[in-house]
Amino acid sequence: MRRKKFAGIIAIVLCIAFALSACGGGSTGGGTAPGGSPGGGSPGTGGGQAAAGAVYYLNFKPEADQQWQALAKVYTQQTGVPVTVITAASGQYETTLKSEMAKSSPPTLFQVNGPVGLASWKDYCYDLTNSKVLGELTNDEFALKNGSEVAGIAYVIESYGIIYNKALLSKAGYTQDDIKSFADLKKVSDDITARKAQLGFSAFTSAGMDSSSSWRYTTHLANLPIYYEYKADGIGSSPAIKGTYLPNFKNIWDLYINDATVSPKLLSTKTADDAVAEFTTGQGVFYQNGTWAYNDIKAIGDDNLGMLPVYIGAPGEDKQGLCTGTENYWCVNKNAKPEDIQATLDFLYWCVTSPEGTKALCNDMGFTIPFKDNLPTTNLLVKIANDYLANGYTPVSWNFTTMPSETWKSDLGSAMTAYAAGTGGWDAVKTAFVDNWAKEYQLANSGN
Amino acid sequence: MDKALRRNLPIFVLPTLAAFIIGFLGPFFMGLWLSFCKFTTVQDATFVGFTNYVRAFSDMTFLGSLGFTALFAITSLVLINVIAFALAMALTQKFAGTNIFRTIFFMPNLIGGIVLGYIWQLIINGVLAHFNAALAIDAKFGFWGLIVLVCWQQIGYMMIIYIAGLQTIPGDVKEAADMDGASGRNRLFRVTVPMMMPSITICTFLTITNGFKLFDQNLALTNGEPARSTEMLALNIFNTFYGRVGFEGVGQAKAVLFFILVVVIALIQLRITREKEVQQ
Repeated sequence: MRRKKFAGIIAIVLCIAFALSACGGGSTGGGTAPGGSPGGGSPGTGGGQAAAGAVYYLNFKPEADQQWQALAKVYTQQTGVPVTVITAASGQYETTLKSEMAKSSPPTLFQVNGPVGLASWKDYCYDLTNSKVLGELTNDEFALKNGSEVAGIAYVIESYGIIYNKALLSKAGYTQDDIKSFADLKKVSDDITARKAQLGFSAFTSAGMDSSSSWRYTTHLANLPIYYEYKADGIGSSPAIKGTYLPNFKNIWDLYINDATVSPKLLSTKTADDAVAEFTTGQGVFYQNGTWAYNDIKAIGDDNLGMLPVYIGAPGEDKQGLCTGTENYWCVNKNAKPEDIQATLDFLYWCVTSPEGTKALCNDMGFTIPFKDNLPTTNLLVKIANDYLANGYTPVSWNFTTMPSETWKSDLGSAMTAYAAGTGGWDAVKTAFVDNWAKEYQLANSGN
Repeated sequence: MDKALRRNLPIFVLPTLAAFIIGFLGPFFMGLWLSFCKFTTVQDATFVGFTNYVRAFSDMTFLGSLGFTALFAITSLVLINVIAFALAMALTQKFAGTNIFRTIFFMPNLIGGIVLGYIWQLIINGVLAHFNAALAIDAKFGFWGLIVLVCWQQIGYMMIIYIAGLQTIPGDVKEAADMDGASGRNRLFRVTVPMMMPSITICTFLTITNGFKLFDQNLALTNGEPARSTEMLALNIFNTFYGRVGFEGVGQAKAVLFFILVVVIALIQLRITREKEVQQ
């Protein structure tokens, strides 16, 4: 009898242990500190009082994860306030945020990517109007407004354009001075393509439409026709895009797909890594990407790297600069405990004002931060972007944050891929761009 | 013994029951409730009635996915079962190495769907690249790619079930058929297959529900390309959930419809195959 009871107890213990471990294991979505309950047992807190609040940051940028972890540790050592940083896996931010937010100790600090992302999370955003960190912004433009409230604060300014390999370009007989417009870009690129066999490299690296890379075109490249249309119409967002500059979009896309390292039919299989590999091994001169890609491509040497604006042949493009903006806004969770909100606000202020914080953001992570204490950068691409600004070129703003939905982007991507492969016409791209915009805008806003 | 078992019943039942409620029933009813709500996270749901269902029905991509999924489920159902059955027949013959072959055919089943999807994506795209084509160009490639993938993954598993079934057929029945001079064809269709109906019920149930529920392989192999034409129901639901602001509830409504559909199909299938089962 006694033995049976013992067996029963063992069975219960095992079952409970199994159930608990199963729950715990499945809950953190790709986080780097799985199971770490924020505020609970962060390293270095010792017997620190929980009443002082705690910070839990759900980080968007996997490339900056290590630096955030290190910065969190420094802050905890200095102040005793526990800071947990969990980074969502690449492309999994929304899914991770959705599940983390539903937990009993949700992130106190999270990110949205702009007005469309804010629509999802506006009920969770603490009004930052009177926060000290807002006062550190160099320009009010970097605050994300929700009506009269300040819902988010941008913390990094990034730029993208066409990164090019100087050595290869000069081998082909050109310099940056030869490319001042879309017509120039097309001339140079077509010439390189015509002499591809002799030169041993192509004009463009592959415009991969695999999901790891397609955002470079459905989001970043598509930003240009939107930017010029908004500019011409004097607006900042639109429920229905007209597609005034779609012919220009077609021209640049034709150039990307036809003057590339691979057949346009195979673009759907090409990944972001493929393009990086082609660029760093000198198979292509041009590579469309941004300042964040510096660490991936710096192997070819700072002397070899240059950046061109993405010319599409729009009027006034002789003064066009790089595409500069942000899709990274800090938001503080309104539903967190008051002491945690205060701890988070203090942490943010410390990040952008203290020497340790600014050093981590500007040097270790290589960001340009829109705060008063921004430090000079070591990222060459950021320097190039700053030079464009200093030389009076007009930056192209990031209007892709007004794209109506993820579905709009993925449908546009499908149409662009089909057009490149020759299985679909340009009309389908046009439909995906113009008609779908109105449709998606209507769908995404009808319930709010 | 019986008394002890009954007295200790709660000890044996409660943990599993608790796990079942926490892990299945709870989320299930929560999901049902959420399909009538508008929500961003599962905790801030506000009731909106049938709006989500109206939106789900007005989404034409859902019907397109349904058609593709049905075609896929039927094709995979037939292919997997016929091939698995044939392999089981072959590997219950007396020749050397049957165990090795059984193990080898079963092994793909041990690899997860996402990994399989990416492996096959590399293989198929690698081959297609020689013909200047890719999976995402033509829905035909995606369809047959998915079929090859699930066949490769599931045939071994169904084969094991069929082998177990074949081994339970009493030798005297076969012997009697032999004595009566039944042809090989008759022995297969009049003796073996009727005796195998319980295994066939299980295998058809598994393959048809797997066919309808397929998600990881679909996501990893084609991700619905080109232009959603290889997007199956589960992937369509996923894309609805995350594709637009405020569409979480619509995805949830689709998931409930999807659940009902799979249950109805599985029940019909069970009814049809059960009727054919014979008592041994």
